[in-house]
Amino acid sequence: MSEVKKIATRDSYGNALVELGKEHEDVVVLDADLAAATKTGVFKKAFPERHIDCGIAESNMMGVAAGLAAAGKVPYASSFAMFAAGRAFEQVRNSIGYPHLNVKIGATHAGISVGEDGATHQCNEDIALMRTIPGMVVINPSDDVEAKAAVKAAYEHDGPVYMRFGRLAVPVINDRPEYKFELGKGVLLREGKDVTIIASGLPVANCLEAAEKLVADGIDAKVINIHTIKPLDKELVVAAAKETGKVVTVEEHSVIGGLGSAVCDALSEQAPTKVLKIGVNDVFGESGPALELLKKYGLDTDSIYEKVKAFC
Amino acid sequence: MNKLELMKTANEIRKGIVTAVHSAKCGHPGGSLSAADIYTYLYFEEMNIDSKEPKKADRDRFVLSKGHTAPGLYSTLAHRGYFPVEDLQTLRHVGSYLQGHPDMKHIPGVDMSSGSLGQGISAAVGMALAAKLSNDDYRVYTLLGDGEIQEGQVWEASMMAGFRKLDNLVVIVDNNNLQIDGAIDEINSPYPIDKKFEAFNFHVITIDGNDFDQIDAAFKEARETKGVPTAIIAKTVKGKGVSYMENAVGWHGKAPNDEEYAIAIEELEKAGEALCQK
Repeated sequence: MSEVKKIATRDSYGNALVELGKEHEDVVVLDADLAAATKTGVFKKAFPERHIDCGIAESNMMGVAAGLAAAGKVPYASSFAMFAAGRAFEQVRNSIGYPHLNVKIGATHAGISVGEDGATHQCNEDIALMRTIPGMVVINPSDDVEAKAAVKAAYEHDGPVYMRFGRLAVPVINDRPEYKFELGKGVLLREGKDVTIIASGLPVANCLEAAEKLVADGIDAKVINIHTIKPLDKELVVAAAKETGKVVTVEEHSVIGGLGSAVCDALSEQAPTKVLKIGVNDVFGESGPALELLKKYGLDTDSIYEKVKAFC
Repeated sequence: MNKLELMKTANEIRKGIVTAVHSAKCGHPGGSLSAADIYTYLYFEEMNIDSKEPKKADRDRFVLSKGHTAPGLYSTLAHRGYFPVEDLQTLRHVGSYLQGHPDMKHIPGVDMSSGSLGQGISAAVGMALAAKLSNDDYRVYTLLGDGEIQEGQVWEASMMAGFRKLDNLVVIVDNNNLQIDGAIDEINSPYPIDKKFEAFNFHVITIDGNDFDQIDAAFKEARETKGVPTAIIAKTVKGKGVSYMENAVGWHGKAPNDEEYAIAIEELEKAGEALCQK
């Protein structure tokens, strides 16, 4: 492989918060004793008075964020996805979602690529949980460029936003001058006519590699990156499905309730299409180095390539 | 307002509570009535608010953490001029803005949506923190049930309020001693409540929460308390003002039928007349 720059999107989160903090006085960052891991520590260093460490109390943190937002601040409440979306689900639903408060949730360490910490910390359910909350925007960026843009776009959006970031350093794939992040708009990364691979987050880079490998098998795959899972770019998804007739969804999340389900929801209404959902297959993760786990759970380039090939 | 005026106002607010719950055919009269004097004092004496400008930036804030006693809050807001008193009869009806639990998006004067117990106090902490961050002078008040403080989140929020020295925050516990399933000290006792808040670095004041002299003294003391948040443990009578509802656990979440409603209103009318003769 060529030397591709790799950055974990949790680093992008911390760095983007610092930039945002410089521009906007009303940005306040909350954490729950994970500032070194979520990377809000860099914001704390730059703006100590606007960084509020709530200690290990995520439920309260979400409520405090709601109160800050009700009083005009723009809080970015940060923790691991497991605790932000999992433990504090009801606080997010009732204290933030129901009153549609302007709270941004930065959820790092999503998916099995958390690695060695194992199943208790590998959240594969957060997208499913968050997309059921009315009015919640759900963003799952694929790389550093997109993650930083998402943090900024979340600020510009009036209402609750859930942002999903990873622990593992991932290739920077969107570093091109014409790249533009638009909330709710999918990105066509590769044209193709035989099958559409719709991916989100970490495996987007692998899907591009898999698509290149499929050329040798005579399979011309279209690749779409969906950074905003809610609201979903239905127009793009439906048009691609109609064009290629087959769809594969790829995500580092349970196959239940995530990107795959969102795509199937849209297609079953507007363009019934055969869909293969690649993701974590209704199982818990386990401890191990992230890259080995991604391979074991079928989310590395070769696994995606094999599954798409068999599907076509 | 003097004490007599406050008592008269509280009596009117109690009528509104009973009327709203009767119209809804469900709801929570017991905890609304127990806290009616506190609601009255907050909205007619203590808080810097303007019913004509409910979203005014520098207003004091109130978060009803025990959101199920919304009839108490709604009746108070209506009598304070935020919306028509007649609208109380639409409580919990389809299409009404008076939702079963406080809804800040649609009800003028409601500063925070609430209802899921344990969560309102966190939002109040967030508001108090926002005031500190911006060097604003407004104060934040939150009312909790004594059963509600069984929720762990209450203590997460209290730890933070004490640690961050939020002296612009007043936490009031409506200590009527009853929750749905029975007496709080028979279900899962939170006592001693005062010692718990003290341990979380609050200034604690225990009062008779149905006595305006004591309520007045407590909120004045809270205002003068610097460097720590204040907790007011208000010992109250659940169902206060309606004889058959007083200290009766069954009236936590039940509406009076027509006959019971007539008795309640008659009792409150008489109480009101007695106050007018003072």
